[in-house]
Amino acid sequence: MKRFLLIGTTIAGLLAGSASAWSADKILNASYDVARELFADVNKGYIAAHPGVTIDQSHAGTSKQARAIVEGLEADVVTFNQITDIDFLVKNGFVSDDWQNDFANKSSPFYSLPSFLVRAGNPKGIKDWNDLVRDDVKVIFPNPKTSGNARYTYLAATAYAKEAFNNDPAKVAEFVTKIFDNVPVFDTGGRASTTTFVEREIGDVLITFESETTGIRKEFGEDKFESVTPSVSLLAEFPVAIVDKVVDKRDSREFAKSYLDFLYTPEGQKIAAEHGNRVNDEAVAAEFKDKFPEIRLVTVEDVFGGWPKVQEEHFASGGLLDQIFGER
Amino acid sequence: MARRVLPGLPLALGITLVYVSIIVVLPLGALIFKAASLGPEDYWRIVSSARAVASYRVTVLSALAATAFNLVFGMALAWVLVRYRFPGRRFIDALVDLPFALPTAVAGIALTALFAPNGWFGSILGLAGIKVAYTPLGIMIAMSFTSLPFIVRTVQPVLEDLDPALEEAAQSLGGSDVSIFLRVILPLLAPALLAGLSLSFARSLGEFGAIIFIAGNQPMETEITALLTFIRLEEYDYQAAAAVASVLLITAFLMLAITNILQARALRYTARG
Repeated sequence: MKRFLLIGTTIAGLLAGSASAWSADKILNASYDVARELFADVNKGYIAAHPGVTIDQSHAGTSKQARAIVEGLEADVVTFNQITDIDFLVKNGFVSDDWQNDFANKSSPFYSLPSFLVRAGNPKGIKDWNDLVRDDVKVIFPNPKTSGNARYTYLAATAYAKEAFNNDPAKVAEFVTKIFDNVPVFDTGGRASTTTFVEREIGDVLITFESETTGIRKEFGEDKFESVTPSVSLLAEFPVAIVDKVVDKRDSREFAKSYLDFLYTPEGQKIAAEHGNRVNDEAVAAEFKDKFPEIRLVTVEDVFGGWPKVQEEHFASGGLLDQIFGER
Repeated sequence: MARRVLPGLPLALGITLVYVSIIVVLPLGALIFKAASLGPEDYWRIVSSARAVASYRVTVLSALAATAFNLVFGMALAWVLVRYRFPGRRFIDALVDLPFALPTAVAGIALTALFAPNGWFGSILGLAGIKVAYTPLGIMIAMSFTSLPFIVRTVQPVLEDLDPALEEAAQSLGGSDVSIFLRVILPLLAPALLAGLSLSFARSLGEFGAIIFIAGNQPMETEITALLTFIRLEEYDYQAAAAVASVLLITAFLMLAITNILQARALRYTARG
C-alpha cells in the first residue's frame, strides 16, 4: 500500500510536470537549524523534477520558526524536528489538528536520534550514556531551553537513566544533573554546539542528531571524528506539515503537498539518508544499512506518556528540566 | 509664536512626534502592557526568581566592568586622536566606528574564535591560567567591544574644543599634572563623559548577539538577562519574557534619567566655572 502510494505520488508529480499547472510557483519551507544542507539537496532534487518552481528556505530553532509563523512569516510548509512546535501552530489555528494523518508515518518522512561524536581514536573511551557522568568527561550539547535538538538529548539521557535506576526519580535526576554539570558551554542552537566542539575544540563528546554527526564527519574529515552509537536512544521524529492558513491565502496547497510528498519518494528518501537521516522506505533503508548501526530506540509515548505530558512535566517553566538545569 | 528663521516647524514637529511614537513608544508600550497583564504576584515571582536575579547580577556587573574599561581606554583613545598627529590617525579614527557597523553576531563569533582556549589570544592567556571565552570575562569583553564608540564619540568633540591654553595656564600657575587633569580637564569633560558612559552602559545591558557566542550561557553563572528573555520566548511564555525584559528596560531608563540629572548639574558647574 505504501509503495503504491509512493508510486502514485511520483506519477502525480511527473504529470504535474511544470509548475504552470499551479497558481503559486514559489513556496517557503521553514525548517530546523541543522537541516540546511539536507534541504539544499532536497530542493535541488525536487526542482529537477518540477522545473520552473522556487523553494525558499528558512532555518532556525523550530520554536522560533513557529513563533515567526504565528507572528506573520508566510511559510507554506514546515519541516520541523519537534512535534510540540507544530502543536503550537495547531493551537493558533495555522495547522489542522489532524496533521499527523496527512502524510505517512505520522507525517514524519524520516527520523533520527541523539547520538555521540567523539574525537579520533575515542581517547576517553566513551561508549554509552553512563560514560557522560564521569568526572573526566566534558560533554557538549546546546541549551535545552532554546534548542529542540538538546531537548531530545535531555529526554534520551533521562530515558536511559529511568531504565538503569528502575524509575527512581531521585537517582534519575542525579544522573542527568551530573551530565549537565559536565557541559561547559550551552550554545543556543545545534549548529553553534557543533562549532564549539569542532572549531573551538572544547569537550570530549558532542551529543546531537545522528544526522548531524554524519554531516560533521563528511565536512571536517572522517579521520578526525568518530561516531559512537549508544546502547539506547530516543526516536526523534522530524515531522512535516502544510500550514493551512498560509497555503489557503497564497493558493499554494497543491505545490506544498507535492513538495512534502517528494520527501517520501525513493529519491527524497535517498537524499535524506545520504544526509544521515534514517528512513522508512525499505529499499532505501536496505541500501544504506551499513551507515546506520543497529540501536534500540524508545519513544516519547512509551517512556514519557506522550508529548503533552513531557511538555507539562519536564519542559514547562519550573518543570523537571528547570530543576536540573536552571536551579543548580 | 514668533516667526522662525526656518519654515515648517509644525510639520517637522508633527513628523518627529509620530516617528517617536511609532518607533520608540509603541513597542515599549506593548512590552509594558504585556508585562502588566500578569498579576503583581506572578510578576514578582518571575522577576525575582533565583535564576533571573543571577542573570541581572551577571549582566549589570559585566556592564559596569565594561563601562569602566571603556572609560579609561575610550578617553585615552579620544585624547590621542585629538591631541596627536601621527600616520594612520585617520584610519584609527575610522576604525572606532566599526563596532557600530559590524553585525554584533559577527563580532561575537570573531571574539570567541580569538579568545577560545585554542584561539590566538585564548591560547596565550591560557598559559597564564586566564580563561576568557565562556566566562564572565568574555561577556565583559564583548560588551566593551560593542560599546566603546559611545565614549570615544561623545568625548572627542569636547576635547577638540578644549583650548590647550587652559592647560598651559594651569601649568604656569604651578599645577601638577594630576591636579590639572582632575581639576581643569575632567570637569570640562564631565558632561560628555557622563553621556558617553550612560550610553555605553545602557548598550551593554541590552547587548545580545555578541554575547551569546562567547558567554557559555550557564544558568546562574554566565546567563545574561537578554538570553533569559529569549528563553522565555522559546517557551512561548510571552508574559514572562516581557516581565524579565521590563526589568532591563526600567534599569536602563532609571540610569539614563539619573545621568541626565547629573549632567545638568555638571553643566551648571562648568557654566559657573
